[in-house]
Amino acid sequence: MLTKRIIPCLDVKDNRVVKGVNFLNLRDAGDPVELGARYSETGADELVFLDITATIRSRKTIVDMVKRVAENVFIPFTVGGGVQTVEQIDELLRSGAEKVSVNTAAVENPKLIAEAAKRFGNQCLVLAIDARRASSGMRPATDDPRMTHDAQHTTARWRVCVKAGSEPTDVDVVEWARRGEELGAGEILLTSMDADGTLAGYDNALNKAVSDAVNIPVIASGGAGTLDHLYDAVVVGGADAVLMASITHFGNYTITQMKEYLRDRGLPMNL
Amino acid sequence: MIVVIDYNVGNVKSVCNAFRHIGCETELSRDPARIAQATGLVLPGVAAFGYAMEALGDAAEPVKEAAAAGKPVLGICVGHQLLFDESTEYGPHQGLGLIQGQVVPVPPEQTVPHMGWNLVELPEEMDLFAGMGPAKHFYFAHSYYAQVTDGQAKTALVDYGTPLTASVQKGSIYGVQFHPEKSSNQGLQVLKNFHALCRR
Repeated sequence: MLTKRIIPCLDVKDNRVVKGVNFLNLRDAGDPVELGARYSETGADELVFLDITATIRSRKTIVDMVKRVAENVFIPFTVGGGVQTVEQIDELLRSGAEKVSVNTAAVENPKLIAEAAKRFGNQCLVLAIDARRASSGMRPATDDPRMTHDAQHTTARWRVCVKAGSEPTDVDVVEWARRGEELGAGEILLTSMDADGTLAGYDNALNKAVSDAVNIPVIASGGAGTLDHLYDAVVVGGADAVLMASITHFGNYTITQMKEYLRDRGLPMNL
Repeated sequence: MIVVIDYNVGNVKSVCNAFRHIGCETELSRDPARIAQATGLVLPGVAAFGYAMEALGDAAEPVKEAAAAGKPVLGICVGHQLLFDESTEYGPHQGLGLIQGQVVPVPPEQTVPHMGWNLVELPEEMDLFAGMGPAKHFYFAHSYYAQVTDGQAKTALVDYGTPLTASVQKGSIYGVQFHPEKSSNQGLQVLKNFHALCRR
């Protein structure tokens, strides 16, 4: 049986990890390569590196970073942020990334997914979706306390946001995820813009809606604050993997603590 | 020197990176003379079976000769599949035929590709897993797997709804369906063990 995956996410700007990192014994906590290597050694299942500047000028920097990461990190890693063309995907994969995530460019040009999947294989292509809850005032549909307050609506709808989540579109998240799978995406990286940064838990209604709609793995992202949250994303939200930043970068929990907790609650983990 | 066979496609560099990390310099080559002089050979995993066999081209014979002479050979992912007689991926294709068996699709009852970390039972008598305990997780990413029919081969299995071949050994010919170069410390340990076998 495949294990559930723990995936630390590193936001990178000008070749530095931002959001801050609080790891003991790191010479340079802002170096994406050193931090990635540390996570690789301490039990992370995968890593995600997001280029949050994503300008034309930053592309060369990120390719150089990917090459250095590949020399020092011996687990699979995904690179994303501002990826627009099949050629850019090719360059990142050849530089050592296992997978590349696409977001805004895929919404604007869905053919990008199909072309990249055909050329490199579905397993290389991650569709990143930034989701924002579309409306309020919908009736609660569950009493499950594990659903966050915000998430107590099965009638809820989410809109796809683009440009680093700043710009809402009219595209429905669940439909877009389904379409992404049809086009050839191998995985969905699903970020709740509502929950992101709150440390109050993942949006499990969102996770459930998407994981029920597709057959490819869903990575839950946005809102992780406690170990319970990780468990709920898998059991309530149906996620195959959980992505987090703050709760691991700041040293609240080690990767091993997360895995032991989830294993002890009955989930298959790589320990 | 261990020679990593250069298919001139895909990301063979990650295998070289992993060997370098454990203190073992490798040479990326497809030159028959270099292959003949190597202490061990690695066939990394790239692309589809037929494409990989074609890319191997005239390097296939020297690899077979080295294996017949008892030189350690390690196939990874598709490189592991190439060790067998044939594959059905995109039509029938002949492999190297070093180990008897067929490469067939992962059963469609499970999500294909089989991608992620899965637990491999490690038989004590397999050299690659020496000193690693009864079971470890490794990173897999594949849609086909080898059905081993060779009576002289030892195998390690992984459970994906049905048991799949995760590793094979026949004499000094080794194959791993998973990616040791992407399997963290336990993957690096497998490469260390192979490196040790090449120095015997």
